[in-house]
Amino acid sequence: MYPNDYRYTKDHEWVKVDGSTGTIGITDYAQHELGDVVFVELPKVGAQLKTGGSLGTVESVKAVSEIFCPVSGEVTEINLALGNAPERINQDPHNSAWLIKLRLTDAKETSGLMDAAAYEAYIAEKSKEHSA
Amino acid sequence: MVNFGGWDMPLEYAGILAEHDAVRTGAGLFDVSHMGEIEVRGAGALELVQWVTCNNAAKLAVGQAQYAGLMTPQGTFVDDLLVHKISDMHYLLCVNAGNQYGDFAHIVASNRFDAKAENAGPRYSQLAIQGPRATAILQKLTQVPLEPIRYYHFACGKVDAVECLIARTGYTGEDGFEIYFDPQFSEKLWDKLMDAGQSAGIQPCGLGARNTLRLEAGMCLYGHEIDDTTTPWEAGLAWICKLDKGPFLGSDVLARQKQAGIERKLVGFEMLDKRIGRDGYPVIIAGQEAGRVTSGCPAPFLKKNIGMAYVPPKSACIGTEIQISIRGQAAAARIIALPFYKRLQ
Repeated sequence: MYPNDYRYTKDHEWVKVDGSTGTIGITDYAQHELGDVVFVELPKVGAQLKTGGSLGTVESVKAVSEIFCPVSGEVTEINLALGNAPERINQDPHNSAWLIKLRLTDAKETSGLMDAAAYEAYIAEKSKEHSA
Repeated sequence: MVNFGGWDMPLEYAGILAEHDAVRTGAGLFDVSHMGEIEVRGAGALELVQWVTCNNAAKLAVGQAQYAGLMTPQGTFVDDLLVHKISDMHYLLCVNAGNQYGDFAHIVASNRFDAKAENAGPRYSQLAIQGPRATAILQKLTQVPLEPIRYYHFACGKVDAVECLIARTGYTGEDGFEIYFDPQFSEKLWDKLMDAGQSAGIQPCGLGARNTLRLEAGMCLYGHEIDDTTTPWEAGLAWICKLDKGPFLGSDVLARQKQAGIERKLVGFEMLDKRIGRDGYPVIIAGQEAGRVTSGCPAPFLKKNIGMAYVPPKSACIGTEIQISIRGQAAAARIIALPFYKRLQ
């Protein structure tokens, strides 16, 4: 379910690092919590994002959720396909529904994030809290 | 599951969009057992109902229901409710889950009539089957002829051997029924209705779709469009506020407000922006903050983003362009007529 080569945040974003490029999206857990996504607001290409800063919002039928940047860098590409098909975030959150690509300031920044096993343990704990 | 007025309620099953669509085009089933029921009995039952509510319950025939407000002495809403006339001396009030204890206490405190109020919530479960195919599905399980039951009327009879009050009411803007019965049969009736509706594509629906459906239909939700600071005149509910029926709680204040005029009015709006103006967001008119959004969401059937808001009456005309402040940015919107959605038949 959660790709091994991605890194994850407590706010349910993922980042995949390829050399100096970071691709960022939200996790399957996040899309499931949000429900049907109807609108995505993303930054402009060229924007400088800081770790923990807002990178945009994902709006579902029931709620709006701010997305936080897991790493810092300059936005090189945004996923324009989501403009007309925001529901792709529900269907394919870990692949084709990525949100933005960054030129990373420091690729080592991801070392503080969770790997897939740690993230799965983290959300398993969350689900327990929910049902308690 | 979410906590709603102390009840664990499903927010969604298949997804709000799929559930919403099922109710508009087929059928949806809602477990609304959280709703409160208050029964009023006695020779003075009508007098008590008339005193605490703003609509005219004297107009009800046996087997008829009406939408009304439960009023404070200030002419604001303690709650909104459905009043069912079971007999001349017996009324069933269906109230909001989160308000039921307060409502009951308010009614008891206001009771100076030959009537007795009972908080009957624990004795009732309620299921709502809604949508153009609801009647056909429910008819499979009951001998009671459903087609002759008119909108906002009800009949008492058996649904799959369970004694029910079968009301042609709902909170979706669609045709359908709300049935009230002994909670011990809840699971059985839910399963029977799901089975009976399977071939028609019946969809279990949660609170999420209940909210988008009612908003698309322009219906008020307590705590959003109406509360103990709003009056029927402000909320566009003059049609349930009958000053000519005689005095009731808050009627003097309401008569004065009707003369003096209101300072805010509930309107519907559509977003001209892709974003959604949600509950609590400021409304900006001519550069000034002029009101607040009370509810807002995508209207899945109408395929646009809608909401309701309070604005000054001079700015409440259909077609007025307004702005909603969304996370600090002004987004364009336009006032449009309510309800947003009205079924054809």
